[in-house]
Amino acid sequence: MTPTRLAVPKTYKLYIGGAFPRSESGRTYEVAARDGSFLANAAKASRKDARDAVVAARKAQSGWAGATGYNRGQVLYRIAELLEGRRAQFVDELRRSEGLTDAQANAQVDSAIDVWVWYAGWADKYLQVAGNGNPVAGPYFNISTPEPTGVVAVIAPQESSLLGLVSVVAPALVTGNTVVVVPSEQAPLSAISLGEVLATSDVPGGVVNVLTGSPAELAPWLAAHADVNALDLTGAGDLDWVDLQITAADTLKRVLPPEPGVPAPSVDRITFFTETKTVWHPKGII
Amino acid sequence: MNFLDYAPAPESRSILNLKPTYGLFIGGEFVDGHGTPFTTISPADESAIAEIAHANEHDVELAVTAARRAYDSVWSRMSGADRGKYLFRIARLIQERSRELAVAESLDNGKPIKEARDVDVPLVAAWFFYYAGWADKLDYAGLGPAPKSLGVAAQVIPWNFPLLMLAWKIAPALASGNTVVLKPAETTPLSALIFAEILQQADLPPGVVNIITGAGETGQALVNHPDVDKVAFTGSTAVGRAIARSTAGTGKKLTLELGGKAANIVFDDAPLDQAIEGIVNGIFFNQGHVCCAGSRLLVQENIHDEVLDRLKQRLSTLRLGDPLDKNTDIGAINSQEQLDRIKQLTAVGEQEGADRWTADCVIPDRGFWFAPTIFTNVATSHRIAREEIFGPVLSVLTFRTPAEAIAKANNTPYGLSAGVWSEKGSRILGVADKLRAGVVWANTFNRFDPSSPFGGYKESGYGREGGRHGLAAYLNPAGTPARSAVTAGKPSPVTVKSTDTPVIEGMKPSSPRKTTRAKTKKATTKGATK
Repeated sequence: MTPTRLAVPKTYKLYIGGAFPRSESGRTYEVAARDGSFLANAAKASRKDARDAVVAARKAQSGWAGATGYNRGQVLYRIAELLEGRRAQFVDELRRSEGLTDAQANAQVDSAIDVWVWYAGWADKYLQVAGNGNPVAGPYFNISTPEPTGVVAVIAPQESSLLGLVSVVAPALVTGNTVVVVPSEQAPLSAISLGEVLATSDVPGGVVNVLTGSPAELAPWLAAHADVNALDLTGAGDLDWVDLQITAADTLKRVLPPEPGVPAPSVDRITFFTETKTVWHPKGII
Repeated sequence: MNFLDYAPAPESRSILNLKPTYGLFIGGEFVDGHGTPFTTISPADESAIAEIAHANEHDVELAVTAARRAYDSVWSRMSGADRGKYLFRIARLIQERSRELAVAESLDNGKPIKEARDVDVPLVAAWFFYYAGWADKLDYAGLGPAPKSLGVAAQVIPWNFPLLMLAWKIAPALASGNTVVLKPAETTPLSALIFAEILQQADLPPGVVNIITGAGETGQALVNHPDVDKVAFTGSTAVGRAIARSTAGTGKKLTLELGGKAANIVFDDAPLDQAIEGIVNGIFFNQGHVCCAGSRLLVQENIHDEVLDRLKQRLSTLRLGDPLDKNTDIGAINSQEQLDRIKQLTAVGEQEGADRWTADCVIPDRGFWFAPTIFTNVATSHRIAREEIFGPVLSVLTFRTPAEAIAKANNTPYGLSAGVWSEKGSRILGVADKLRAGVVWANTFNRFDPSSPFGGYKESGYGREGGRHGLAAYLNPAGTPARSAVTAGKPSPVTVKSTDTPVIEGMKPSSPRKTTRAKTKKATTKGATK
C-alpha cells in the first residue's frame, strides 16, 4: 500500500484592508462540516477587528468611488473571471461546509458568478437609470445623480455562504461603496476564499473587508459605529435586529431589514446604498 | 433722511378672514380637540392671532381612522387622473388665495412678506401643480409598472416654512394615492388651517387630508400610531433620531429631512458681486431659519478681507422690522425659544474666541428679534462651526487650497446642502463631485423647485422630496407585500424585476417576509417635535 500524500490545510484568517490578519484577540472558532467533522479554525473577529475593518473601508472609499464606472465595472467583472478559475476550490468548500452535492455546489457557484457579472455591468449604467435632469422653472442647469452612501456594514445571509454573500456584497460595491461584511458564521470558508480572490484582483485593499465570527457579537458594534453609513441586515433575521435598527438610528444609518433566503438580484439593492445629489448652476441669458 | 429710510409700506391684514378659534381638521370638518387649546402669536409683536385646538391621543386616533377610511373607501380606488384633478384644483385655489396665504404666513411665522409672497406661496402652488400631473403617470416614476400607494401617511413639519413644508409633504403623498394626517408646528399652525379651508373648497373627499394641531407629544402620538404606514418628518436631527428609533421594526416607511450646517465655499476667482448676494441670501433668507442655510462661509484666504468688507457693507443695508412691511428684508425670529437658542450659541461663539460683528440696526421693542451677525476667526472646532444655529448668524472660516475647502466642508455629521462660487467650470464640477451633500448650489444658493430632489446625506436624514425621486417616498413597487404582512418592510424596496436578471436555482425571488416584529421595549420619542 502506497502512502497517501499528507494534505496541506489552509489557515483561514480575516480579510481587512487587503491583508489577511488573525483576529487581534487571538480567538478562533471551529468550523465543522455538516457531518460534524473538523474543517478549520476560523478567526473569530473582535470589536477591535471590526473597528480596524471600518477604518480600512473608510480609507478606501473615496478612491473606489472616484474610479470611473467603466473602470469599476471592469474590476468587478474580473472577479467573476477569477471565481470561474477557482471554481473547483469553491465547489469543494461548499460541498464540505454546506453538505451540498457536487451538482448543488456547482449550481451555487454558477449563480454566484452570474450574479456578480450582472451587478458588475451596472457600474457604468446605474447612474443613467437613477439620475435625472430636472426641468426647474428658471434659468438653471439642474441635475440629480446617485452617489455611494459610503461605508456599508453587511450581515450576509447565513445559509447560502457564497451566493448569499455575493448577492449582498456586489450591489453595494457597484456604485462605489466600501463594505465590511460578516459572512455565514457556520460556513465562513467561501467568504475568506472570496477575500483571496479579491486580494489577487484589482479591487483595492479595504474595499471589501471580511470579518468571520459571530454576527450576534459583531453586529451591535457595526450598528453603533459612527463611521458606518449604512447597515444591511439581510442575514440578521435570527438576531435581535430591531435592537440593531434602534442602535443604528443614533447615527441615522440607512438600514435594510432582514430578508429570508438569498435576495434576488435587483436594482433596488443598488439604489438603497446611494444618495441622490442635485447640483444647480445658473445658465447665462444669451 | 438717508437712502435707507423708507416710508412704511405695510401689507394690509384686512385680506385675512381669521376666525377667533380653529378646530382640528378631521374627516373634512373642523372639530374640537380634546386637549387644552393654545394661542398662536405673531412673533413680531407677541400679539395673539387665534386660539388653536390641541390634539391629544384620542384626536390622533380619530384622524388616523378618518384617513384609513378615506384610503380604503375612496382614495385608493380613485383613478390617478381624478386624484390629479383634485391636486390641480388645490393648486389653482392656492394661487387664487395666494395673497391671503402670504399674509397669514408672514403674520404667524414672522418672515418678511416679500419672501412669503414671492417665494413660499408661489412654490406651494407649483408643488401641487407639479405632483398633480404625476398622479396618472406613476408607471414612469422609476418603480416599475403599477406601483402601489402605502396607505396612511403621518407627516410632521417644522415652523420655518409652514405652508411650503406642508406642500412638500401632502402633494406627493396624495398624487401617489396615500391619505394624510399632517401635524403643523406648534408655533405656526395658521396657514395649514387656511389650507384646510381650501381643501373644503376643492371638495376633496373627507378624510383624505386631516390636519391636527398640537405640540411635540401630538406629533409623537401620530408617528407612533400603529395604523400609520408611512412617516415623513422635517425638523431637528434629535427628533429625527427619536423617530427612527421608534419606527424601527414596524415596517413604516420613513423619510427624514433634518438639520444641516452647509458650507458655502467662495474661491478667489468667484464672481464677487453675485457671491456677496448669494452669501447673504444663503444665511439671511428667512432669518436663517433654513435647514439648508449656508451657515459656514468658507472663503479663500487671499480674498477674506475684501469679502468681509463687502459683506458687512451689504448687511448694513438690510432692513429689519415689521414682517408685513414690503420693504423688510429681515423679519422676526419665530419664537422666544428659538431666540434663546440663537443667543446662547452666539454667546458660546464669543466665549470660544471668535470675533463677533453685528449689523447696526434698530431692534423693535416687542417681539423676537436678532440682528444679522457674522463671526470671523472661527475654528472648525468651535460650536458655532459645528452646530446648527438656525438663525441669522454666519460663521466665517478660511482655506487656501480646494482640497482644504472640501475637507472642511465635509467635516460635519450633516450633509444637506453646500455652495460653491467660482467662475471656473472645471473647478465647480470637481468640487461639487466631492462635496458630501444632497444639494449643491453652484454660483447660486437657496434655489428650490418642485422638479428638483431635495434631501440629505449622513445625519441630515434620508429620502428625497421633490422631483421624480420624491415619489419613491410614497410608493412601493407592485407586488410588495402589505405592511401588515412584512417583517419590517424594506425602507425602500424598489424591486425592479426584470426577466433578464440571472435565474438563481433554489432562490426565492419574492420570498414571503415574516410578520411584523413589534418591539415590546418601546422606544420613546424624546424631545419636542419642531
